[in-house]
Amino acid sequence: MRVQRSPFFYWFVLPSATLAIVFAAAMIALLQYSLRQHIPGSLVVGGFTLDNFARMAKWVYARVFVDTLLLSFYTALLNLLLGYPLAYALIRSRSAWLKGVIFIATIAPLFTGDIVRTYSWIIVLGNNGFVNVVLKELGIITTSLQMLYTPFGVVVALVQYSMPVMVIILAAAISHIDVDYEKAAASLGANPLKVFVNVTLPLSLPGILSGFITIFAWTLSAFATPQLVGGGKVNMIANMVYNVGFSNFDFPFAAVLSLTALGLTMGLLTLLRLSVRRFEHVGLH
Amino acid sequence: MRRATRRRLWRLSAGAVLGAILLYLTIPSLVVIMAAFNDKAILSFPPQNPSLRWFVKAYNYDDFRKGFYNGLLVTGWASAIALAVGTTFAYAIDRFSFRGKATLETILLSPLVIPHFTVGLAFLILAAQLNVTRTFSLVVVTHVVLVLPFVLRCVYVSLKNIDTALERAAVSLGAPPLAVLLRIDLPLLAPGLAGGWLFAAILSFNEFTASLFVTGQRTQTLPVAMYTYIREYADPSLAAISAVFIVATAMILVLADRFLGLKRLLAIEAGR
Repeated sequence: MRVQRSPFFYWFVLPSATLAIVFAAAMIALLQYSLRQHIPGSLVVGGFTLDNFARMAKWVYARVFVDTLLLSFYTALLNLLLGYPLAYALIRSRSAWLKGVIFIATIAPLFTGDIVRTYSWIIVLGNNGFVNVVLKELGIITTSLQMLYTPFGVVVALVQYSMPVMVIILAAAISHIDVDYEKAAASLGANPLKVFVNVTLPLSLPGILSGFITIFAWTLSAFATPQLVGGGKVNMIANMVYNVGFSNFDFPFAAVLSLTALGLTMGLLTLLRLSVRRFEHVGLH
Repeated sequence: MRRATRRRLWRLSAGAVLGAILLYLTIPSLVVIMAAFNDKAILSFPPQNPSLRWFVKAYNYDDFRKGFYNGLLVTGWASAIALAVGTTFAYAIDRFSFRGKATLETILLSPLVIPHFTVGLAFLILAAQLNVTRTFSLVVVTHVVLVLPFVLRCVYVSLKNIDTALERAAVSLGAPPLAVLLRIDLPLLAPGLAGGWLFAAILSFNEFTASLFVTGQRTQTLPVAMYTYIREYADPSLAAISAVFIVATAMILVLADRFLGLKRLLAIEAGR
């Protein structure tokens, strides 16, 4: 490899190299802790052991992983169903006004932060919250529906939480589809529904796949939503890590759980890379 | 004729579906804003007795104030450092080839896919081993690592768009390398730098999960203070703060879209 002689070479590489080393050190510290013995009631860790990993097999812990995978799956699926029409309209609508509304409504939540977004759902879903109050005043129900602290409530909040990312991914995919294909199909007599099902949808498949897996992986690490909307009744991996770390002070086991979550995420993203590559060969380009 | 009616029906139902989805997305924000101006602690609809008492209460709550100032401190440092590191690294990726470049890129982009709680826990453990737990520098470093990929992307995209002929022209006219950098590249990069910094600042100020792991009583940022408040109290002070957040964010986004082209920054309209 050619070594650059630019007078600024080191000035440009040193800051990022330093940061990368600090970050790598943190990840190595995490890895190291996962192999240490936990001494109950103490923050000091003991010698090296593999016991922490063996504990993962217990159903109390494994169950949270299963629940998390299920919740993430539903979240990704619903996201796809609700996000596609939005992304499609965002790119293809002729009304600049509608585009603007969709853009602000979907993208803005991405920047308002976890707590604000989660807290809003507490007010909407709570026993004295918006949905219950409105339904009662309309005379549809007499006793409050329990939505807070249920898997249903958590999924409702999680879907809205990850919608911006889904729409960004789908919109990018749809914007890359050449409108001429759709026009060609229509001019050959296909009705709009047929054009959509046979042309637009297959061509946006890489985006669909990428959106689904990204949201799935993203939701695996959700923390604020299950913590507050789930209220201890619906636990996901991140909540378990937090509890194990800050209630039991068992940081070695928290490290094991974190690394397992990281492994899951990495596995999913590898799957994503492989499958998107496969679909790109199917495309028309 | 029949075709026209069918078309109208189709448009109407498509509009209804879109409307319902948009309602689902926006209802939490609307409800929070309503709750913030409601005089009573318990929600009622339609809202009665508009009042600003929850805004006053939130403003006077010490932990929120401290959290706000801590947040500004952390965000100020984290976004500035991330901008410096991100810009220099984007330039290095684009212009230099060197050993370990791919590794460096992988490490620094990995926070995009590593769960925030994993990053938070990792830095907490590192700090514990170095005996520097719960200092501001720990929070700042964590935030820099988390927001860097966004800065990197923004700056890299605008760096790619620079016409290198401009640099060559400056060099051929006798400009020294530093002058090319400061008087040609820097002004051309300005929108990308502004966008990258804005992303970093917003994300850092709002970052919660990793912050919960690495902050302590003294260093807690606003989202952490808000979280603690939700767990202890149930009054709408939090709705008041949330309303301020929502309105401020919407304003920033509209401005950013006008001046920086948000869609381009988010790469939604790639290739147009």
